[in-house]
Amino acid sequence: MLLTGNEAVAEGALAAGCNFYAGYPITPSSEIMHYMARELPKRGGVFIQSEDELAAINMVVGAALAGAKAMTATSGPGFSLMQEGIGYAVMVEAPIVVVDVMRAGPSTGQATKPAQGDVMQARWGRHGDQYVVVLAPSDPQEAFDLTVKAFAIAEELRVPVIVLTDEFIGHGREVVEVPEKVEVPSRRTQAGPDEPPFYSSDPRKAPPLPPLGAGHYLLITGSTHNEWGYRDVHRFETHFKLVKRLKDKVWLNMDRIFMYEVVGDKDPEVLFVAYGSVARSAKAAVKELRGKGVKARLIRLKTLWPIDASLLRRLGGEPKAVIVPELNLGQLMYDVERAYSPLEVPVIHYGKVGGGIPIYPSELVSKALEVLRK
Amino acid sequence: MSEPKHFTREYVREEVLPTAFCPGCYNGIVMNALALAFKELGITDLKNYVFVSGIGCSSWIPSPYIKADSVHTLHGRAVAVATGIKLARPDLNVIVIAGDGDLAAIGGNHLIHAARRNMDLLVIMVNNLVYGMTRGQQSPTTPYGKVTVTTPYGNFEMPFDIAGLLAHTNANYVARWCVSNFVQLKESIKEALTKYSRGFRFIEVWAPCVTYVVRYEGKTPGEKLKEMREVCVPMSKYEKLLDEQKVKHVAVGVFKKEDKPGFVELYKEYVARARGASRG
Repeated sequence: MLLTGNEAVAEGALAAGCNFYAGYPITPSSEIMHYMARELPKRGGVFIQSEDELAAINMVVGAALAGAKAMTATSGPGFSLMQEGIGYAVMVEAPIVVVDVMRAGPSTGQATKPAQGDVMQARWGRHGDQYVVVLAPSDPQEAFDLTVKAFAIAEELRVPVIVLTDEFIGHGREVVEVPEKVEVPSRRTQAGPDEPPFYSSDPRKAPPLPPLGAGHYLLITGSTHNEWGYRDVHRFETHFKLVKRLKDKVWLNMDRIFMYEVVGDKDPEVLFVAYGSVARSAKAAVKELRGKGVKARLIRLKTLWPIDASLLRRLGGEPKAVIVPELNLGQLMYDVERAYSPLEVPVIHYGKVGGGIPIYPSELVSKALEVLRK
Repeated sequence: MSEPKHFTREYVREEVLPTAFCPGCYNGIVMNALALAFKELGITDLKNYVFVSGIGCSSWIPSPYIKADSVHTLHGRAVAVATGIKLARPDLNVIVIAGDGDLAAIGGNHLIHAARRNMDLLVIMVNNLVYGMTRGQQSPTTPYGKVTVTTPYGNFEMPFDIAGLLAHTNANYVARWCVSNFVQLKESIKEALTKYSRGFRFIEVWAPCVTYVVRYEGKTPGEKLKEMREVCVPMSKYEKLLDEQKVKHVAVGVFKKEDKPGFVELYKEYVARARGASRG
């Protein structure tokens, strides 16, 4: 199919079994909503245009708790409004998917122009200790694939998964291969008598989420709660055990969640670490540099959180310089600095944002040659 | 032989009693009215009911006290979460219980839009006239002139008449009762669960906070209840009052009673239309 990134996200969601969508209009993500508005009713799913983004995210959490595979999509300002609701989903362990098509901010910024400024917000936008998964597709095909993956991770770990795309991907149109059938395992709902809905003896697994209306008399709350959902807003032990488990559930699955692609020379002189639409320029730059006889490599991150820093270092060899191109003033750069800190390698940020101007491969080639003094 | 249990105990999680409510708190009257409504309707098990609440004292009525599935949401978002639950599981009865701060201030947008959509929810707003849980700050329903911790010189803002506001929307059922109208309140809940069981149903319960309103007035909860019997008057009587008397009275009754199809039924029709259209 010939799809834009936004349409590919919607197709991916539908393939994954998404049957509930709530959203509020916002550029440049609205086409995801338009697609779902057209497709979901035909398939017997629920589409509702909410009164604001606060409603959208909270409707999605409610639907997810009630058994639906639920999603919303938004952009910058709407993503900011959704943060509290995402934190609530973390606390009640609701499996939801939130798509943020990044545009230039802060505030209203440049609504129609691409950016990558929400990387840190996607990870840390909520108050308190909370851990989510953040995926970043690079093109419409991957927008499809990673949206499917987002549902799989959300269902398995009962955790919000955020898909970060940007305006270039959202509005770029390419051929997307849509498989006949996509397998997305649903969450465990059957609980044994010793399996409470908010505790798992295996810290890598999410507890089962029993359905509403089945006589379990579920207690679900965003306040600190024990394994059966009873509120405990005083004791250290209850709170620490809960937030630690919510972190571990994500962290201990790092080996499966942290996804990437590596291209180029194994022993590079220059290493690029990039994600999203910018990674495509970086890939072209690596090709061009190698054509010029410069050993170059790209680590393209598909997962922006959690990041396995030591693996990120091992993947890159021992370059003379690391370049992190981003459509922002420096965000992923900090992770790369952290990863490469034992090697005393310069980590150079190459950032620009605004006006819909991409980072061209030629700029990255020049930058690489400059830092290598070639 | 043991003493027969109080009827409300059939519907509560006994392991979490006693409640955290202040002595004399009218939340107990709301719980009793709800429990008696269920009992008189012959509903002994609430497994087909999902209660959704927000943040505040009255939001604790369902979470954790009522023995049913309960979802305790963020401050202000009970109606939005309840909407998601109802649309994903239309077979379940979804009841929202929250306060005036939660539903009418921070969650006001969800409330009016759920009413506009005639969303299939029963919303019980326990109006205690202040933010009781956070020490009695002024709320959107705090009466004019009232002294609170954030209006120490007397409230100079005019309050919202929430039931009056919602009566002018597409909601199916809108009522207001004072806690002194126990029988009417209970009958209203029954009606909103049976005869008017679809669309958006809203019952405001006037239940002044015993700690930050009643005590500030130098009254006991019992004295205030007696006073409510005088000041809570039917709309027909309220309308004949002079303006300066109106501010001292509360109009009670069922302001709107309709049985239009709610959002769930309308969406079903919409789905049928979409499927027809897609077949060409």
